[in-house]
Amino acid sequence: MGMKLISFVSAIICAGSAYAQDSNQLNVEGEILASTTAAPSHMENVDTLYSGWHFRSGETQALQLDDFDNPGMVFIDQGIDLFGKVDGSEGKSCQSCHEDVEDFAGLRTTLPRVEDGQLVAMEDLVNECRTERMGAEAWKWSSTNMTAVTGLIGFQSRGMPMSVKIDGDAAPFWEAGKELYYTRVGQLDMACSNCHEDNYGVMIRADHLSQGQINGFPTYRLKNAKLNSIHNRFKGCMSNIRATPFKEGGKEFKALELYIASRGEGLAVETPSVRN
Amino acid sequence: MKYLLGVVLATGFFTSVAIAETTSPSTVNFSDDGVMASLTGKAGDAKTGRSVFSNRKLGNCLACHINSDLSEESFHGEVGPPMDGVADRWSEAELRAIVANSKKIFEGTIMPAFYIDAGYERPLEKFAGKSILSAEQVEDVVAYLLTLKEE
Ligand code: HEC
Ligand code: HEC
Repeated sequence: MGMKLISFVSAIICAGSAYAQDSNQLNVEGEILASTTAAPSHMENVDTLYSGWHFRSGETQALQLDDFDNPGMVFIDQGIDLFGKVDGSEGKSCQSCHEDVEDFAGLRTTLPRVEDGQLVAMEDLVNECRTERMGAEAWKWSSTNMTAVTGLIGFQSRGMPMSVKIDGDAAPFWEAGKELYYTRVGQLDMACSNCHEDNYGVMIRADHLSQGQINGFPTYRLKNAKLNSIHNRFKGCMSNIRATPFKEGGKEFKALELYIASRGEGLAVETPSVRN
Repeated sequence: MKYLLGVVLATGFFTSVAIAETTSPSTVNFSDDGVMASLTGKAGDAKTGRSVFSNRKLGNCLACHINSDLSEESFHGEVGPPMDGVADRWSEAELRAIVANSKKIFEGTIMPAFYIDAGYERPLEKFAGKSILSAEQVEDVVAYLLTLKEE
C-alpha cells in the first residue's frame, strides 16, 4: 500500500517534465539484482546501463519483486511441465538428458553464441534437442511452449551478469548487429538508437523510453498477458516505425540480439521480467 | 438526379485542382527561407490541422511534442521541443519545411519527414511509396502551428 502511494505521488510530480530512470533497487525475493552498471568499453555513447525495470511505473515494478506476484511465473511452471514431458519418436523429454534444469544456470548470460561458424540463440538450442535428439517437431520461435521453456532455462540464471562473447568468431556477427542497430528503417525512418540510445528516459507519448535491454527476456507483458520473446519485441518496434520486420529466428535478428545483449553486459538476468 | 450531377461535378472539380496545384513530395522546393508556396496552392484549415497533430495514425506529433493547446489530451511526449509559441519562432515557410521534411532543417533529427514518398528503407508494404501525410494535411498542420503564438 505504502509502495503504491509513493509511485502515485511520483507519477504526479513527474508528469509533464522530463524524468529519467528512477533510482529504486531491484530487490527480488530478498536478493538485489544488478539493474544498473557502468557501460562496457565497446559502447561509445552511453555511460551507464539501466534495466528496463527502472523505466516502468511503480505498480509494474512491484510485480517483479515477489515471485508470487510475478504473473510470468505461471509460464515458468508450464515450462517445468514441458521440460519433463516426453515428446517425439525417441520417447524422450528434455529431462531424459538434462536431469536437473538448474544445471543450466549461467547459460542465458552467454547467448547468443557462435557454434561451428553459426550464431545460435537459445531457441536454436532448444529446437536442436527437439528435432535431433527427441525426434520431435521444432517449436515456432515465439510460441507459448518455446517461451515457457526458454523462460524456465533463463530463470536459472536470474541474478547472474550478462556476458556474451563478442570477439573472435563472434566479431562479424556483432558488427552486423551493430550496423542494424544504427540503421534507420521504415516510413518513419528511425534506428533503434534514435529511441533507445538518444532518448532513453524520455516520454514518447504514453511510453517511457528505456535503453531497450534484453536481460529480462522472455518478458511478461501486461499488454498481452504472456511471455514475449526477444525477436518478437524487435519485430514490434520495427512495425511501430512502419518498417518490414526481419524474420524471427533469422540471421538479422540473431545478430541484433548478440549486439544488444553486449550492450547489457553486467546487468543481471531478470527472467521473467515484467513490463507493460 | 440533381444529387448525382453534383457528385460528378464535385469529383471533376477536385481532380482538376489536384492536377493543377498540388506539389508532389519529390518536387517540393526547399529554399533558404523554407518552403515558400503552399503544397496545395491554398491555405490549410487550422481546425483539421489540430486533429492531424494529435491523431496517432496521422501526425502523432503529440508523441514527441508537449502542446498546451491540446491539454485535453493526456499524454504528451518530450522527445522534441514544446510547441507553445512555435509560430513566434518560425515563419510559415519554415514551418512548412519542418513538417514536410525536418531533415532539411535539423540534420540527423529523429523527427520523421511527413511529406516524402521515397528515400526510406524497408517500409511496411502498405506504406511503400507513400508519404505519412497528404499535401492537404501538411497545409492543415502548418495552418494550425501558425495559431500557436505566445506574444
Ligand atoms: C519510435 C521509438 C522506438 C524505436 C525506433 C525502437 N523502439 Fe524499442 N521500444 C520503444 C518503446 C516505446 C518501448 C517500450 C518502453 C521501453 O522499454 O523502452 C520499447 C521497448 C523495447 C524493448 C524492451 C525493453 C524491456 O525492458 O523490456 C526492446 C528489447 C526494444 N525496444 C528493442 C528495440 C530494437 C532492437 C529496435 C530497433 C530495431 C527498437 N527497439 C526501436 C520504442 C522504440
Ligand atoms: C519522433 C519524434 C518527433 C515527432 C513524431 C515529431 N517531431 Fe517535431 N521535432 C522533433 C525533434 C527532436 C525536434 C527538434 C529538432 C532536432 O534537434 O532534432 C523537432 C522540432 C520540431 C519543430 C521546431 C520546434 C522549435 O521550436 O524549434 C516543429 C515546428 C515541429 N517539430 C513540428 C512537428 C509536427 C507538426 C509534427 C507532426 C506532424 C512533429 N513535429 C512530429 C521530434 C519529433
